[in-house]
This record gives sequence, structure tokens and C-alpha cells, in this order.
Amino acid sequence: MTLRIYLPRDTTANALGADRLAHSLEALAGQKGMDLTVIRNGSRGAFWLEPLVEMDHKGQRLGFGNVTAADAETLLAALADNPTAHPSYVGPVSEIPFLKNQQRLTFERAGEGDPLCIETYQQLGGFVGLRNALAMTAQQIVDEVKESGLRGRGGAAFPAGIKWQTVLDAVGNRKYIVCNADEGDSGTFADRLLMEADPFQLIEGMTIAALAVGATQGYIYLRSEYPLAHQILNEAIERAEQAGYLGDDLLGSGQAFHLEVRLGAGAYICGEETSLLNSLEGKRGIVRAKPPLPAIEGLFGKPTVVNNVLTLAAVTTVLAKGSDFYQDFGVGRSRGTLAFQLAGNIERGGLVELAFGTTLRDLVSEFGGDSASGRPLRAIQVGGPLGAYLPESSWDTPLDYEAFAEIGGMIGHGGVVVFDESINMSDQARFAMDFCAEESCGKCTPCRVGAVRGVEVIDRIREGNEPEKNRELLLDLCDTMESASLCAMGGMTPFPVRSALHYFPEDFQSEGSQ
Amino acid sequence: MQSALAPIIDQYRDCEGALLPLLHAVQAQWGHIPDAAIDPIARELNLSAAEVHGVISFYHDFKTSPQGEHLVQVCCAEACQARGSRSLESYATQRLGIDYGETTVSGRVTLERVYCLGNCACGPSLRIDDDVYARVDNPTFDALLAEKAEEPGL
Ligand SMILES: Cc1cc2nc3c(=O)[nH]c(=O)nc-3n(C[C@H](O)[C@H](O)[C@H](O)COP(=O)(O)O)c2cc1C
Ligand code: SF4
Ligand code: FES
Repeated sequence: MTLRIYLPRDTTANALGADRLAHSLEALAGQKGMDLTVIRNGSRGAFWLEPLVEMDHKGQRLGFGNVTAADAETLLAALADNPTAHPSYVGPVSEIPFLKNQQRLTFERAGEGDPLCIETYQQLGGFVGLRNALAMTAQQIVDEVKESGLRGRGGAAFPAGIKWQTVLDAVGNRKYIVCNADEGDSGTFADRLLMEADPFQLIEGMTIAALAVGATQGYIYLRSEYPLAHQILNEAIERAEQAGYLGDDLLGSGQAFHLEVRLGAGAYICGEETSLLNSLEGKRGIVRAKPPLPAIEGLFGKPTVVNNVLTLAAVTTVLAKGSDFYQDFGVGRSRGTLAFQLAGNIERGGLVELAFGTTLRDLVSEFGGDSASGRPLRAIQVGGPLGAYLPESSWDTPLDYEAFAEIGGMIGHGGVVVFDESINMSDQARFAMDFCAEESCGKCTPCRVGAVRGVEVIDRIREGNEPEKNRELLLDLCDTMESASLCAMGGMTPFPVRSALHYFPEDFQSEGSQ
Repeated sequence: MQSALAPIIDQYRDCEGALLPLLHAVQAQWGHIPDAAIDPIARELNLSAAEVHGVISFYHDFKTSPQGEHLVQVCCAEACQARGSRSLESYATQRLGIDYGETTVSGRVTLERVYCLGNCACGPSLRIDDDVYARVDNPTFDALLAEKAEEPGL
């Protein structure tokens, strides 16, 4: 009898030993003459359980969590004999509350099978959206996306359909689809997970975008910190080409669309779309003034759609199941689902896809549990390095774009970084300024110079050097950066700084004055 | 070097926005961008040498001098800070006896800071060459270094 087991090929799973475990299992099975097939699936994003081994058993997938190479021997013995008796057994995967209680649309397929198997992708509903799109006019596709209420998942939450309409209406002999896979925000890994666990979904989404606006060339701008995603994407593109889903003649429709991955080179600012376009053109990643909008004059001056990985992925659901289906999820003007990413000092870290509207507290406590350290939680930073640090009094805010804007926060790309009470918030404020100084593109003074000043002023406050005066100075500096910076790098660095200062003033007192 | 450079340039010359992929390929070949590569690259892509220099200096990834055999990157972004990466950050410099951006005397290890490796649910995160490691504490750091980078004296 063949024993089929699944073990993710994913950056985090591998970082926790999945590759090593796979080798041990295969070697051991060989020694024992067991007929074992190890399928390297994608991760389901329950990273706290990785390496998560799964086994087909009577129509279910049984899960074994936190398995290490040292467990290989006992696990193999148990799998062949009495799987549920193994100490790492966590029950059928579909019953794990962390996974069961999610509302997965984009990440529905993640973890089901080999991410690079095109047949698996098709069997699990892949390419239905593309086939539907091929039967529609460009305007109909754009309308469907507009009606879905889908807003950009990269951070700024701009309505995707409106952007696409601008590109569709723009005149150009060549148009581009650019996928922003720079995922620079600390605490975020949803783009990576999607690219590693379900790369064909991104390819399908970009192809639909191409049909919608009449683009013939696409680029995925991928950060160089993701070598495994790079490898998987390149292979997926090659297979999609062979199967006719990319190339000169998409599925015999006569439409051409070519796709290529381009690597970034370690610059956070290249996640900003105009900086990204300069980088793709082979230039320094300096931010461009808008207008002109990239939708009208984007890559090489041509009309260009720039969308985040998850925006493009969500489009496949919209086209496969309809805009009504998609926009049934969510609240207010935040429609659909968002991939929240629980990170930092948290017991159960990983990806949680939910409709907008749950409170931050429920998300963190129901899915994430306590802190990893066991100490009480103190602050949560939502929305990446430019997001505010929120104290417990704000955790009942519902996760929707507008509600977060009201409390001076942002949902951004959905990163949720949890800190326990050992954190010093003046360290975090200083880091935010330092990060801005380090990663600024240098184009405008408030950002380039302001951030360097910000670090100095915070140091003076912490040293007890005229703390009141320097506090005022820091707030003034924040106001200037916010109002006079060209992009959100300089413009939003004040958010983490001000929130740290406002909610956690005690952390800014010098040792002597405490 | 020029004879090895020519085919690399040829491979990218005609692609749109060729400079970044070309620089990545050059760096993959020599471990850094040799000074002698700049003029030919500029000439073939119709750029000035100053423009090529400008691009190289903008991006953290591109190096203009030889690097260690292994690149060790410590994540120092927020989600890892929440898991104690600040202590790993200072331990790494102490253990290797070098500062960030420097290479050990043996030439084996270059140490860098990195902002996020996408392993934020299981920090502190460390990358050695193309492999990422999770929940790295000081003893794990030592063990990984000995195993992956064979830095002597550890
Ligand atoms: C400093 C800065 C960094 C950004 N980083 C990213 C990023 O890593 N990924 C991303 O998708 N968008 C990022 N953005 C947002 C992009 O500029 C842009 O809004 C987005 O790619 C548009 O796609 P969307 O509408 O699908 O979100 C960043 C913006 C700024 C100002
Ligand atoms: S705010 Fe900073 S990153 Fe943005 S354009 Fe100005 S200098 Fe560049
Ligand atoms: S913050 Fe360290 S891996 Fe993301």
C-alpha cells in the first residue's frame, strides 16, 4: 500500500525544518522498504503548527503538527499502523479551529496539493475565472471588478475596478500589468504564501487583468528576500506557458500575454508603485510625482495597472463566482475578505483570511491566542512599519478600512504584529524614524532629513535632555513630515511615532526621571 | 573577466529595463559588481557610467567589493523585534567580531541586517545564503553558523 503524505514546501515550514524532515522520512522509508510518497504541498498558513504533516485517511486529511526530523521514525511507524495515536496528531486538518473558523476565498486552495501541479489547480476551481473572462468583453470584466467593491490590498485600498477602467480607457500601443510583490512590510507574508502555495492563482489574476485592459506584457516585481517564491513562480510561469495559459495565444483566443518575474534589490521604497516602476525600468527607485498616474503613464510611459499580489488573486474569485458573491463578504466600503497576518509575539501566528468587520481583539485572541512568551500583551501594530501602535483601549475597533482610519490607524496590507509588555515603545518610535532615514528614496527633504532629526530628537527625550521641549519638537517634526512628504514613507512614519508617544509616554522617560 | 561578461550582457541587452537583471547576473557570477564591469555595461546599454554607479549605490543588494563566502542576514524588523531579535542582533556582531556590513577576516561570512524575511509568525528570523531559519536564539545562531558557514573559532 502506498502511503501518501503531505509536507509543505514553504519558507516558514522550511525555516522550521520541513526540508530536513522530508529527507529523513524518505530515507527512512527507503531503509524499511515502505512505499512512501511525500507530496510537497503549499502551507495552509497555520505557521504555529509547521512543519505540519498531513496524511490521506478515509477521505480526510489527518494532521500532525510541529513534527521535526527527530520524530521521523516514530511518525512513520504510526502512520503505517495507528496514526491517531502519535503524540503530534492534531486531528483532521479541516477541524483545526484556526483553519475551520476562517472565511477562505483567496487561500482556499493553499495547502491542498502540489502548488506547481496545474491539474490540481484546475480540479480545485482554478482557471474558471479566466475562462469566464475570455467569454466577456473588456468592459464587462472591468465592470465585474468594479461591482465587487474590491479595493487594493497593497496598502492604499484604492478601488481596483476604477484603476482598471483608467487603463482600459487610456490610449497606448502597449500596456502593462505589474504585480507588486515587493511585500516589504514587517509582519506580512500573505503575498509570499500565495506565491509559494498557489502561484497559478496569481498568474490567472494577472491574465484576467491583461484581458480587461488590453495589456500584452506583465511583470511580477518580487523582493529578493523571497528566493523560494522566486523559484516557484518561475516554474509556474513555465508550466502555464506550456499549457497555453500564457503566451502568444491564450487558450486559442488570439490574445497574447507574456509574464516575467523581476527581482528587486533590497529597497523598501520600491514597494511604492512609482518607485517600483522606476526600478523595473532599470533606474534608481526614486518616487515619481503624481500625476501622471501610472494608469496613464506608467512603465516606460505606457498605461499600466499596478496591483498587489492579493488584489490580482482576489480577481480570480470575483470572475469565477461573480461580484455579488464577493461583495457579500465584508462591511461598509470594505468588501470581500482580507488576509490578516498574525505575527510577532503570538502563540498561534499565521495567516487568517476573514471578511472585513471582525474586531482586532477577536482576531488576535480567537485565532492567535496569548503571547508566545506568556507575558501580557501590550501593543499591536497593524498595517506594517507605517501603521500606528495601538494600546488595548483600541482593540475593539472593527477591522475595516474606514474604522481604522478613524482611530488614526490603517489596515494596510493586513499585518498584525503583537508585542508583549517587555517592549519599550520609545525603542519602537526610534526604530520607525531610523527605518525611514535608512529607506527613504531621498527625493524630498521632510522625509530624508526629518527622519534623521527624528532619531536625534527621540534620543534627547530619552536622555532627559529638555524632554518637554523636545517632545514638542518631535510632534512638530511629525506634522511637517506628514504634510510635506511626497509619499507615505515620509508621510506616515509619524503614525507609529506619534502613537507610541501618545499612548505609551512612560516609555520615553529617561532613567533618571523615572 | 571581459570574456565572461560579454555573454551575460548579451543575454540581457535586448530586454526591457535590462539593468537590474543584468546587475543581479553579474553579481551572481562574481559575488559583487567588479569595477571593470561598469564601463562595458554602460556602453552596451547606452547609459553613462555615472548612471550605472547611481543605480548600484541605490540598492542594498548590490555590492562593489568582494563579500564573504556566506551571507548571514539578521532580521531586525518589528515582528522579529517583538520576539527578541534585538538581542540576537547584538549577539551576532559579538560572536563574529564584526559589525553589520562587514566581513570576517577569514572571508567566510558577511553580516547584514535585513528588514523582514516573510517569516514573521516565527521570528527571530535569520537567513544564511538562500535558507531562512525560524525562532533563532543565540545557541541556534552558533549552531547554524558552525554548520552552514563553517566559521572557524566558534
Ligand atoms: C513606502 C511604501 C511602500 C509600499 N510597499 C508596498 C508593497 O510592498 N506591496 C504593495 O503591494 N504595495 C505597496 N505600497 C503601495 C503601492 O504604492 C500601491 O498602492 C499598490 O501597489 C497598488 O496596488 P493595490 O491597489 O492592488 O494595492 C507601498 C506604498 C508605499 C508608500
Ligand atoms: S517621502 Fe521619502 S520616500 Fe517618499 S518620495 Fe519623499 S523622500 Fe522619497
Ligand atoms: S519581521 Fe522578521 S521575518 Fe518579518
